[in-house]
Amino acid sequence: MSIFIDNETKVVVQGLTGEQGKFHALRNKAYGTKVVAGTRPGKGGETVEGIPIFNTVEDAIEETGANTAMTFVPPPFAKDAVLEAAYAGCELIVCITEGIPAKDEAEMYDLLKQKTSSRLLGPNCPGLISPGKSNVGIMPHEITMEGKVGVVSRSGTLTYQAVLELTNLNIGQSTCIGIGGDPVPGTSFIDVLDAFQHDIQTEAIVMIGEIGGSAEEEAAEFIKDNVTKPVVSYIAGLTAPPGKKMGHAGAIVSGNKGTASAKIEALTDAGANVVKNPTRIGQAIKDVI
Amino acid sequence: MNLFEYQGKRLYKDFSIPTPKSIFVSSISSISDNHDLNYPLVVKAQVQVGGRGKAGGIKVANNFEELIEYSNEILGMDIKGHIVESLLIEEASTIQEEYYISFTLDRSAKKYLMMLSSKGGMDIEEVAENNPDDLIKLYISPSEGLNTEVVNKAIKDSKLNKDFNDELNDVISKLYNLFVESDCDLVEVNPLAITNKGVSALDSKVSLDMNAVYRHDNFIDIEKEIPIPVSEQFAKEKNLNFIKLEGSVGIIGNGAGLVMSTLDVVSEYGGKAANFLDIGGGAKAETVTAALEVLESENNVKSVLINIFGGITRCDLVAEGIVEATKGKDLKWPIIVRLDGTNSKEGLAILLENSNEKITISSSMDDAAKLAVKGAN
Repeated sequence: MSIFIDNETKVVVQGLTGEQGKFHALRNKAYGTKVVAGTRPGKGGETVEGIPIFNTVEDAIEETGANTAMTFVPPPFAKDAVLEAAYAGCELIVCITEGIPAKDEAEMYDLLKQKTSSRLLGPNCPGLISPGKSNVGIMPHEITMEGKVGVVSRSGTLTYQAVLELTNLNIGQSTCIGIGGDPVPGTSFIDVLDAFQHDIQTEAIVMIGEIGGSAEEEAAEFIKDNVTKPVVSYIAGLTAPPGKKMGHAGAIVSGNKGTASAKIEALTDAGANVVKNPTRIGQAIKDVI
Repeated sequence: MNLFEYQGKRLYKDFSIPTPKSIFVSSISSISDNHDLNYPLVVKAQVQVGGRGKAGGIKVANNFEELIEYSNEILGMDIKGHIVESLLIEEASTIQEEYYISFTLDRSAKKYLMMLSSKGGMDIEEVAENNPDDLIKLYISPSEGLNTEVVNKAIKDSKLNKDFNDELNDVISKLYNLFVESDCDLVEVNPLAITNKGVSALDSKVSLDMNAVYRHDNFIDIEKEIPIPVSEQFAKEKNLNFIKLEGSVGIIGNGAGLVMSTLDVVSEYGGKAANFLDIGGGAKAETVTAALEVLESENNVKSVLINIFGGITRCDLVAEGIVEATKGKDLKWPIIVRLDGTNSKEGLAILLENSNEKITISSSMDDAAKLAVKGAN
């Protein structure tokens, strides 16, 4: 087992004809991911390195049985692309696109929750990989190995750092997931922690957070009550300069949450082992499994 | 992007939100007796920091002499490290009641949040802390929006003056329209006042979501009016996320999380970062070249740590950028490079082919940080 993606995952790539979309989709395919289709309005019938292009996600699903969408389309069209994939019936939509306006993300999330049962990962995320089974996104698969540690992070590149630390110590991963750091992530820490807790393959969890927002504090609450598997955590930004804050609305909403120390305290309190340096994640996991 | 009060109020006018009549000036010579405002006038320092009233940055002028006197006093004033470079001069209002209203996105709830209070004009965080019942929180579905009935109920629940219900409802709806249609991260009015001339937004705190710049031509004009530190100007032109800090280890990395983490690790080994510089995702060779150019003009930099973990960013392109920026140059400081992830083998090969005695390749983030700290001492 693994979470969200496995050998049965069939991917349709939205924006396969673009530079980034093509580069990473082909890397995913070379890894063994079933990349079955691409979409680009007006280019239906063409192919990219043997992958058929369709005008719509609906057509792609009908012809290829795709169940997962990976989105690279530029910000102005991303909301519509994600909604198209959801309405067409994709179970999972992995949105890599960076720079989508917060309003579009909020509306998109609202509509997905109200009208569909699709899971959105991202936007502005590196995607996810279940080593040995499937890679959907932009994570460098070379640093991963199959195993029993689940990794979840808000930051793309820090996810890679954590995975590398594990692999260097010969500790494999069940699934590595970057949820993205945008204002309205489709999948939260809690969603992923819950899935790891229920996944038979996963025996321990690495959770990487960063300053700002209250997602880590909420995750800590969840861990306290629901997660029995060992959790190792790292929070980036202990020495980061304080951001320029404006107005009081944000302060009222987040209360005293948001600082690295508040997050570290909440996670420690929830029973997680919080390390102060990402290069110590591997050893900390080794100590608990 | 945080706006000055006068910029927020311009947006208010675009959305027909009532606000006092005003003029905006950035020099004494541009203030003449020939304005069409009625005294008394409020002279307000335009700075992006709270507490300007207490610091003497807001004064009421009853005639032209006082207007010039106070403007002279306030222009150039240092308010908590912010130098006053411009003034908003507006007609004073006779205030009967002061309310608080804001619209923002609540990331936890994943909905828009309207906060409304009859206790405006004072520290609203204190109200939220000590009298939470006096602050009404209303969550708004982003796909459904706000409707009149809901606003009427919020006005009633907040115990705002019911004689002004319709006018308040109208202003609140317009503020919401501004929040949504102008892609604002924040619209906050404190106070939203009942004055002798009706409901009026006396202050403005507006922040814009720059991810939406492609659908708002005016964002660029607004941005041009906001001064940024000289050191950050070049980086901004090159689309680099750069923040100047006080230390001596120059930092370049990809992804905010990894860069923040690099700062933390450098600090753990006894160093201090000279800056935060994120080249973002999918950087090209020229992005990396530009990043090194930014650090070249920073005098406090004594060593540079380039920490890249390729995903969407390709290490071969990063290496090309490093070579381009350093080739044939007598470098001022040692550069420690750590490359991992997508195309890292190709990247390292490029660096080895173009070796430079000031450039050291490190195989781990920890070692790279140690070397960079050592190089800065």
